[in-house]
Amino acid sequence: MDVMPKWADVILIPLISILLAAVLSALVILAIGESPWAALKLMVAGALGSTYGWGYTLYYATNFIFTGLAVSVAFHARLFNIGGEGQAVLGGLGVALACLYIPWPHWSLALIGAGLMAAAFGAAWAAIPAFLQAKRGSHIVITTIMFNFIAAALLNYLLIGALKVPGSMEPATATFPPATHLPSFQDMFNFGDTTFFRGAPANVTFFVAVAACVAIWALIWRTRLGYELRSFGHSESAAKYAGISPTKIIMVTMLVSGGLAGMMAINNVQGEAERLVLNAVEGAGFIGIAVALMGRSHPFGVLLAALLFGFLYQGGAELALWTSIPRELIIVIQALVILFTGALDNMVRMPLERLFLAMRRAKQ
Amino acid sequence: MDFATLLQMLDATLRLATPLLLACLAGLFSERAGIFDIGLEGKMLAAAFMSAAIAAVTGDVWLGLLAGIGASLVLSAIHGVASITFRGNQLISGVAINFLAAGLTVVVAQSWFRQGGRTPQLSGDGRFNPITLPFAETLRDVPVIGPIYFELISGHTILVYVALAMVPLTWWILYRTRFGLRLRAVGENPAAVDTAGVSVVGLRFAAVGICGVLVGIAGAYLATALQAGFVKDMSAGRGYIALAALIFAKWRPWYALYACLLFGFLQALSLRPDIITGVIGFRVNGQFLDVLPYILTVIILAGFVGKAIPPRAGGQPYVKER
Repeated sequence: MDVMPKWADVILIPLISILLAAVLSALVILAIGESPWAALKLMVAGALGSTYGWGYTLYYATNFIFTGLAVSVAFHARLFNIGGEGQAVLGGLGVALACLYIPWPHWSLALIGAGLMAAAFGAAWAAIPAFLQAKRGSHIVITTIMFNFIAAALLNYLLIGALKVPGSMEPATATFPPATHLPSFQDMFNFGDTTFFRGAPANVTFFVAVAACVAIWALIWRTRLGYELRSFGHSESAAKYAGISPTKIIMVTMLVSGGLAGMMAINNVQGEAERLVLNAVEGAGFIGIAVALMGRSHPFGVLLAALLFGFLYQGGAELALWTSIPRELIIVIQALVILFTGALDNMVRMPLERLFLAMRRAKQ
Repeated sequence: MDFATLLQMLDATLRLATPLLLACLAGLFSERAGIFDIGLEGKMLAAAFMSAAIAAVTGDVWLGLLAGIGASLVLSAIHGVASITFRGNQLISGVAINFLAAGLTVVVAQSWFRQGGRTPQLSGDGRFNPITLPFAETLRDVPVIGPIYFELISGHTILVYVALAMVPLTWWILYRTRFGLRLRAVGENPAAVDTAGVSVVGLRFAAVGICGVLVGIAGAYLATALQAGFVKDMSAGRGYIALAALIFAKWRPWYALYACLLFGFLQALSLRPDIITGVIGFRVNGQFLDVLPYILTVIILAGFVGKAIPPRAGGQPYVKER
């Protein structure tokens, strides 16, 4: 029997956790001698006060939807994919190869082609740790951490070697051909004299990300594979007894997870930079962990959490621009969200459960 | 490569292996007690910042060291409360601690010193300075042994010797004391320890505390001995390399020393690409040397070279039966 009603589990607990994280963040801002209220107002104005701000918020959110979904899918099978960062790096490599070496006739075909390449590269990078976990029992957290470092070094090696523009000093590939450029929100929402989202990087990939949310929801709750995946996550021994192959579930889950993380690259590499640069992922793979925890591993929750983190990222950039609060404040907030919604979940949950039990007893 | 260059390389190896070794032994205590700790990186970073900050303000490196250990212990306490008291996910807690340290160090450094997220340069008593061991000068001219003693063994900071001394001490604590036996038992089968009337929670908090002290020294070493001050993200993945070394060493103290020396040697090599070219005749990519520890660890984890078996109760919160 559930101790708490479902709404408390799904809404109340995350809300309290976020509130705790927000209060602590406000204290940090106070401690460094700034006003939390002014900071919040500045963040809201910078991230949501104009279509330009929204354009950035949605651009960041698109990245976080992909990486958040990647972590969520793995969470459902009780696998902790901490390697979203590395998988997104490899996804970027896939996008760069697709855009540079295949002559695409139209951006829509380029989007599909590059998206598939990104997913394939990300999935391939997740496949090795998955295989080692399934077949050799190596802990997937450790191997995916190691693979993050290996991916960064691999990209570094390629960008100062094979993929670099000859004669250029900068570690980056050539700019992708114009046919692969994705339409930005500025192109899409241009109504003659009023142009929305001017100069912002949000692009058509946002809709791909929203579609991915729906697809992952259907996969997890409406397919046989999703059922197997969830039952494996709940109890490995019961799943085995029911004839579900752990090897298959671990492999398939991690391939989907890595593919999603890799797909992030169509947003940041093809959509925004339009070439592959060093450190293009900018930690989005790790933010996926916070997004998945906060979104309770549900695609809709991930969407909301990704929007919140998109807001935090754009707002944080504005803060760094106008005040003396450095951008790293966002990393602190991100850490507090992970801490309260992830590691200290029981700290919020246990008193609440006691409260609901007491209320039920009072009613009887 | 001549003898002098070899000594130089080994000397650099020892200096670069020290923070790895301290962090690795820290992780050893924690993981042997059944608490996974991927927050080593963050604790090291926090300790590096606090030690450099306090040493810069007071001019006394020993106060800096204490402050560094204190910062690391605070993060350890968070990890302990999250993973022992509230039985949360130890891996997620570790991730949170890494980000907390990465963010807070820069935010606080900017607020205190306004130098773009770094601390002022340390000098004089604000740093750990090299110690010349007795007779190093007089023995210097003795062939072979003299240079080895003078270059390699003498002339390090006190923390290098502390780290080396921690290896036999850790071995002794783990395998020759009652506390060590219980600590290892709590990582393998906490229920048995509980049945014997020993507090699982107490032991695990003790292990997490020891871990905090050791990794705090590692962080202080980075900022006050290896370098002169804190810069953003200065731990540069060393916490993860220490974690890799711990797996490489299969959670045993003496092997931890060898693994850290090996990884320290790789780091020293990647700083001197000219030597590699001189010895083997062709260029080796520096990136490759940097990630070699990670690649080696994946190979070890894959079980192709011996099998690394972690403590059995590692990562699982202990729930007393009622």
